[in-house]
Amino acid sequence: MNDGPANIVTFDNVGLRYGTDPEVLSDLSFTLFPGRFYFLTGASGAGKTSLLKLLYLAQRPSRGAIRMFGRDVITMPRDDLPHFRRRLGVVFQDFRLVKHLSAFDNVALPLRVAGVKEADLMRPVAEMLDWVGLTHRCHALPATLSGGEQQRVAIARAVIGRPDLLVADEPTGNVDPDMALKLMRLFEALNRLGTTVVVATHDVHLLKNVSDCLIMRLEKGRLHDPTGALRYPPRTDYKRTEQQAGGQL
Amino acid sequence: MRPPPPERPQQEGRVRFGGDRAAVLVPRKHLSGPVPWVIAIMITLTVIAAAGGLALGNLANTARGELSGAVTVQIVEANAILREEQVDAARQLLTQDPAVESLRAVPQDELDQLLEPWLGTGDAGNAIPIPALIDVQLRRAASDAEVARLQTLLEQTAPAARVDAQSHWLQPVYSALSAMQYLALALIVLLMLTSLAAVWLAARSSFTNHRDTVEIVHLLGGTDQQIARIFQRSVAIDAALGGTVGLALGAAATWLIARQFAGLESGMVSSGSLSTIDWLLIALIPLMGVGIAMLTARITVTTALRRML
Repeated sequence: MNDGPANIVTFDNVGLRYGTDPEVLSDLSFTLFPGRFYFLTGASGAGKTSLLKLLYLAQRPSRGAIRMFGRDVITMPRDDLPHFRRRLGVVFQDFRLVKHLSAFDNVALPLRVAGVKEADLMRPVAEMLDWVGLTHRCHALPATLSGGEQQRVAIARAVIGRPDLLVADEPTGNVDPDMALKLMRLFEALNRLGTTVVVATHDVHLLKNVSDCLIMRLEKGRLHDPTGALRYPPRTDYKRTEQQAGGQL
Repeated sequence: MRPPPPERPQQEGRVRFGGDRAAVLVPRKHLSGPVPWVIAIMITLTVIAAAGGLALGNLANTARGELSGAVTVQIVEANAILREEQVDAARQLLTQDPAVESLRAVPQDELDQLLEPWLGTGDAGNAIPIPALIDVQLRRAASDAEVARLQTLLEQTAPAARVDAQSHWLQPVYSALSAMQYLALALIVLLMLTSLAAVWLAARSSFTNHRDTVEIVHLLGGTDQQIARIFQRSVAIDAALGGTVGLALGAAATWLIARQFAGLESGMVSSGSLSTIDWLLIALIPLMGVGIAMLTARITVTTALRRML
């Protein structure tokens, strides 16, 4: 398997089980390439969130190897993980905003953690809130924001550090179809700037709204590859393959 | 929605994620929880115990210093004439001894006064034979060898002489003082352990209450050190507030107790007063308390974080 530095992530025969339960993910081997847009699909309980947890380094696999940005993250010293996490952006299914911080402070949090001076973070945070259309809500606490607004704050927080890899877990699960489409446009725009995007969703309609996407499908903890996303090099005839695969998803 | 900003945020130089901008992640109202008050009580008791221990130490040291070279020569002779002769002979001999710095034969009036509580007033000295006493101050410590040498020296000229080092008589007192000092030390250690347990519980409870926030910060790239510092700072503020209150209360209590003892106007008690250095040591107690509380919080939080990836 190619695991050169050009690859963002490489999974090699990865399995995951919680405790002594049966494996929730089995024999996962795939590579994520820079600048690509991936959809991770599958029914509820297929293991999408577990796979994303492995991707955003919230969970170690039970077996197999994971390389990220050219390094083995399984054997990596724990103290090195924060540096890697700063290269990732994560949009959680339940947003996971800090409830006692304003929208501005939630978006600014990754920069503050990374040690950016207050004077240097005002403009990018303001721009990011403007990007997600929440400038007028910048002082609002999460509890006073609607589901869609919270989702946009979560997205702004995930992308403020311009991550190399953005991982989003059901980012449109709590918003109406119009807002879902707008959020997808945001992800596409970010992807065009070079960020690799992985969006987990069970909404097959979303897939049709993103033109150049690759699709990975999880079924009972095993990956399927309807668009050739997992091949090396990945297939480039996305649209035809997507149309072929669309009916199965 | 507009297109995303095209550039990464500019980062000219880094600043530590700490202080107020990190503390907002774990909001707390200081003095609202039990920790500052528990620490205040513990520091108060520690200050009193430490002051007591230091005062006892001063008392014992002063007594040891004063009595280390002091020797009493008793002339245990029932015959008053022989007794006086032996006192004179012993005085002459001891005066010539190079080890003797000074000596004083205790006058009969003084002896009568000393014995008055037991024998009453009157001519008790003639009714009951009382030994004559000579207070001797040596140039060096009254060791067992020195006492034996003086005893041998006096054997010929004053056979009724009995030489004793004064410090031997006070040995049980010294032992009692030492025991009380150890007791004070044990109390301080126990109070410290109780404070540690309180801080440990508070840090764990705070960590559990803010676990979601901690996980978010972790996943955003926050390090264990950054997260531990947030809790450490919170505990440090609580400990500093509690320590200040505790020091004030403990110092006030010590001062009041010292005044009560000073009122006794006893030479021994006044020798147990606290010096400036003692007060400085006592003032360090809250600082040590803050340091230990911060360390405990750090270890508690870091241990909890290690269980997370």
